[in-house]
Amino acid sequence: MSDELRIKVENVNFFYGLKHALINVNMDIYKNMVTAMIGPSGCGKSTFIRLINRMNDLVLHATLKGKVLLDGKNIFDPDVDVVELRRKVGMVFQKPNPFPKSIFENMCYGLQIKGITDKRILYEKTENALKKAALWDEVKDRLNESALRLSGGQQQRLCIARCLVVEPEVILFDEPCASLDPISTRKIEDLIVDLKKDYTILVVTHNMQQAARISSKTAFFLLGELIEFGNTEEIFTNPKDKRTEDYVTGRFG
Amino acid sequence: MKANSENSQKLGFLLLFVCIIIALLALGSIIYFIASNGIKAFSWTFFTDIPRKSMTAGGVGPAIVGTLYLVLGSVLFSLPLGVITAIYLCEYSPKNFTLNLIRMSINNLAGVPSVVFGLFGLAVFVKLFGFHVSILSGSLTLGILILPGIISASYEAIIAVPQSTREASYALGATQIQTIKKVVLPAALPGILTGMILAVGRAAGETAPIMFTAVTFYSRSYPSSVMNEVMALPYHIYVLMTEGTHPEEQKLIAYGCAFILLILVLAVSSIAIYLREKQRRKYV
Repeated sequence: MSDELRIKVENVNFFYGLKHALINVNMDIYKNMVTAMIGPSGCGKSTFIRLINRMNDLVLHATLKGKVLLDGKNIFDPDVDVVELRRKVGMVFQKPNPFPKSIFENMCYGLQIKGITDKRILYEKTENALKKAALWDEVKDRLNESALRLSGGQQQRLCIARCLVVEPEVILFDEPCASLDPISTRKIEDLIVDLKKDYTILVVTHNMQQAARISSKTAFFLLGELIEFGNTEEIFTNPKDKRTEDYVTGRFG
Repeated sequence: MKANSENSQKLGFLLLFVCIIIALLALGSIIYFIASNGIKAFSWTFFTDIPRKSMTAGGVGPAIVGTLYLVLGSVLFSLPLGVITAIYLCEYSPKNFTLNLIRMSINNLAGVPSVVFGLFGLAVFVKLFGFHVSILSGSLTLGILILPGIISASYEAIIAVPQSTREASYALGATQIQTIKKVVLPAALPGILTGMILAVGRAAGETAPIMFTAVTFYSRSYPSSVMNEVMALPYHIYVLMTEGTHPEEQKLIAYGCAFILLILVLAVSSIAIYLREKQRRKYV
C-alpha cells in the first residue's frame, strides 16, 4: 500500500443557504486506497464527496470556504477547468442512472464529448471498461440494446464502466449499493476492492459492514462535522470518540 | 362489506366505460358524417384543379396547397422558437418569481381567442412590418397562436427528464450545452413531438387568425412566393357556406374540403406519432 497523498481537504465549510452542512472538515486521502465515509442521514457525507468533483456547483445558493487540493492544486481556483476536473474525478451515483440510450452509446458518451469518434477506438475502450467492471460477458452480445433493460445491479456496473471508460484517476462512489440486492452489492464491493490498485477511491455508505469490508480508512461524520478519521480497523474496534463508538456499535443512526 | 366494495368497483368501471363510449360516439359520428358527405366530392380534379364556375365546380387544389404552406410555415417558425424558449426556462433561467410570471403569461396566452391573434397579425405583420396579406404574415400569426402550446409541452417534457440523468452527464465531464443537446433533448423528444402534433392540428383548422393576414377569397393559381396571398381550406369552407348563389353544389364542395382537412391533420399527426414511437421504442 502506497502512502502517496492524493487529496488534501483543508478547513472546508459548506453552506446550503443558511444551513451549515460541513463544518471545518480536514482530511487526507491517499492514493490506491479505499476511503469510506460513514454517518447517519444528513450528516454531510454525500455533500462532502460531491465537493471533490465539484458536483455541488450545480446547487443554487451554496457557498464554500476552504480548499480541496488535488495533487497540490486547489480545485476551486478560478483557473481550474471543471470539465477537466470531472474527467479526472469520476462519480458513481446512489441510484443507477444510465442514459436512456443503448449500452454502447452509454459507454461512448464520455469519449464522444471529448471528441473521439473513431468506431474502433470507441469499441476497444468500451470492451476494456466493461471487462474491468465485470459486465462484459453479460452484455457483449447485446451492446445495442437499451441500457434500461438491464437489471439494477447490471445498470450500476454499467455506470461504473461508463465512468472507467474516460480513464479517471479518482472515483467517487455515492452509496453505490443503496438500491441493490445483496448479490449485486457483493459484486460491486468486489469490484471496488479490485479497482483500488489503479484508482484512488472514496465511498459513501450507510452500511457499516460495507465500510469495514472494503475500506482502508474510514471517516465518521455527524451533523456536518468530521468526528473521527483513521484506519478502518481502529474506527471499528477502538474508536477514540464516544460518538463514533456509539454509532459503530449501533447505539444510534 | 366486501360485496359492497366490489359493487362500487363495478359501478366505477361501468361509469368509465360509458364515458369512453360517449366520447368515441361523438368522435365517430363527426368523422362518419364528414367522410360520408365529403367522399362524394372527391375526384382526381378535385385535388388538383382550381375552383371553377363561381366555386360550384372544379377543385380546391390552391386551398390544399395554401393550408399546407401555412401549417408548414407556422411550425417552422414556432417549433424552434418554442423549444429554445422551453430550454431556457428549464435549464438556464433562475427559478424565481419572474419565471413563474412568464410561465403564467404563456399559459394565459394559450387561452386568448384566435380572432385576437388575427387582429394582432393584421396590425403587426400585415401593416407595421409591411408583409401585406401573405403566407408569411399568416404563418407568423398562426405560429404565435400555437407557440404557447409548444412551449408548455416542451417545458413539461424537458423538466420531466430526471436530474440524475443530467448529473450523470456532468459527472462524465460534459458541458451544459452538451448535456442539453445529447441527453436532455433526445429524452424529451417524444413529449415535444406530442406538443407539435396538437399544434399542427390547431394551425391547420384555424380560420380567424388567417382571415385578415393570409387568405384570399379566390385564387386561380398556386402561390409562387411567401409574399403571395393564398386560399386555405378552413376559410374556403367558410366562404362556401356563407356566400354564393348555389348552396347545394357549394355544400358538397365544403364537405369535401372538410374531409381533406381531416385527412391532412391525420397524415401529419401520423408522421409525428411514428417518429415519436420510434424514439420511444428505441430506448425503453
